[in-house]
Amino acid sequence: MTATAPHPEIGKAPRPPASLRPRRGPGVLIRTLPLVPSVVLLLLFLAGPIVYCVWIAFTDLQLTGQAQESFVGFDNFTRAFGDEAFLNAVWLTLVFTVVSSLIGQNTLGLALAALMQRASKPVRTLTGGIVVTAWVLPEVVAGFLLYAFFRREGTLNAILDWLHLPSQNWLFTLPILAVSFANVWRGTAFSMLVYSAALNEIPKEITEAAEVDGAGGRRRMWHITLPMIRRSIGTNLMLNTLQTLSVFGLIWVMTRGGPGGRSQTLPLFMYEQAFQNSLIGYGTAVALLLLLVGSLFSLVYLRLLRTEV
Amino acid sequence: MALTLSSRRTTRRLAADAGLLVVAAAFVLPLAWVVLSSLDPRADLRVKAPDGLTLDNFDAILTSDITFTPLLNSLVLCGSATLLTVVCAALAAYPLSRFRSRFNRPFLLTILFATSLPITAIMVPVYALFVQVDLIDTMQGTIFFFAASQLPFAIWLMKNFMDGVPKELEEAAWTDGAGSLQSLVRIVLPLMGPGVAVVTVFCFVMMWGNFFVPFMLLLTPDQMPASVSINDFFGNRGMVAYGQLAAFSIVYSTPVILLYVLIARRLGGGFALGGAVKG
Repeated sequence: MTATAPHPEIGKAPRPPASLRPRRGPGVLIRTLPLVPSVVLLLLFLAGPIVYCVWIAFTDLQLTGQAQESFVGFDNFTRAFGDEAFLNAVWLTLVFTVVSSLIGQNTLGLALAALMQRASKPVRTLTGGIVVTAWVLPEVVAGFLLYAFFRREGTLNAILDWLHLPSQNWLFTLPILAVSFANVWRGTAFSMLVYSAALNEIPKEITEAAEVDGAGGRRRMWHITLPMIRRSIGTNLMLNTLQTLSVFGLIWVMTRGGPGGRSQTLPLFMYEQAFQNSLIGYGTAVALLLLLVGSLFSLVYLRLLRTEV
Repeated sequence: MALTLSSRRTTRRLAADAGLLVVAAAFVLPLAWVVLSSLDPRADLRVKAPDGLTLDNFDAILTSDITFTPLLNSLVLCGSATLLTVVCAALAAYPLSRFRSRFNRPFLLTILFATSLPITAIMVPVYALFVQVDLIDTMQGTIFFFAASQLPFAIWLMKNFMDGVPKELEEAAWTDGAGSLQSLVRIVLPLMGPGVAVVTVFCFVMMWGNFFVPFMLLLTPDQMPASVSINDFFGNRGMVAYGQLAAFSIVYSTPVILLYVLIARRLGGGFALGGAVKG
């Protein structure tokens, strides 16, 4: 299942009435005690690593052959911005995010959801089933399937041959595009589900009235549908982007970031620096930058939802 | 007027059907490869009709080394972590859902913020930290981290489900002298059974498919879950047996697909198979 990113609408129920305080209310202990296990777990294993991340990003910690790491200030960051491999990874991450998430998953998901509104039931069920299966498959399995699809001897080239179109070694010539398409294949279901739910909530009368008034399909989409689901679009874009920023397994299985770093997005770059080059400090500095970008998106996402909490 | 409108609708439906079928055809190709290859005695990388049907590929991989040990590892890892997550989330959701406190809102906002943090980004520091505290390459360390990484979302989901359980039943129990823990276990949890099932399955499916966390935190091959061990089909065995890789992929993916089907109807809202199931 791709979308680790949550969708806040799930299981959302109307809030209970305000009179939450029983007359014989339980004490402070019972109000806070149940929170303790979660808070401890979150502090130790989530907040802890994040704080530690901030610390070692400013050190020269290495994997091997080092007695004691030392504080190096902003060296890791200055180094990153002078490192061509890093800038390459930033660029590829941008391409990957824009192509696969903003354009691919989002647009295709919306298109599928819109088509499903009018399609006949068997076709809708079939397509929905296939697209969702791609999403539910474990990440690594999806990686293998798409690897097989894009390989020189793979299905895509077989089809191109059959159509008498030039085939090529996709994973070598256009690796970043191949992994982007792989991410579209894997992640579109999430957008499709979000948009289907949003479209189902538009009252039928509104679209029908517009139709009777003679508004064509495209105008209805542009002037009625899109404005009405703009909140869903916002949340979906945000979650897709966050999800795409942290894709690792899919690219790792398909290309290992290669050839020659041409599909090396930031998570793969971070991994390579930390483990192949043993530069934990440097890798963590990159991780911290990724985390900052992620937090920024996360905050925007919170703002989009601010009325719902 | 009515006639043209309805004939226009028919045209539109056919066009929509055609559009969906094109996308479905494109999406189904990789899936077709894995199914056909797993049954093909001479599988390669392209979708083709198998050269005869055989279960040899499944036969070859269903050994304890290749399949059973990794799957058992996955089960232990994801099962324990899911249990831990669900218990913690249910406990935490209770006061958040039932009592008013000025800490609820900031707490929930933090939780929601944490649900969307890219966990991938903190894996390098987690690795370094685990080396320091000797949790690296241990099942329990990985389980704790798994649980912590899924916890924010599990709490959020659980709290929303709990909000849906009417408060009156519980107040009645309080009046009859039941404590909070009692009313949580005896009244609230049974009533939100479907919700708990959804949270459980969701956590389990997320962890089952996760590659990066065990890949970073476990080192010993014997401890590796299926998500990592599947890479052995490449690596050190020289020739890749694609048929066996496909067969293993199917064995490894089937549980999560079944679990998803199980909860798809209950998820409602944004997750109900896009209305495909309910029509």
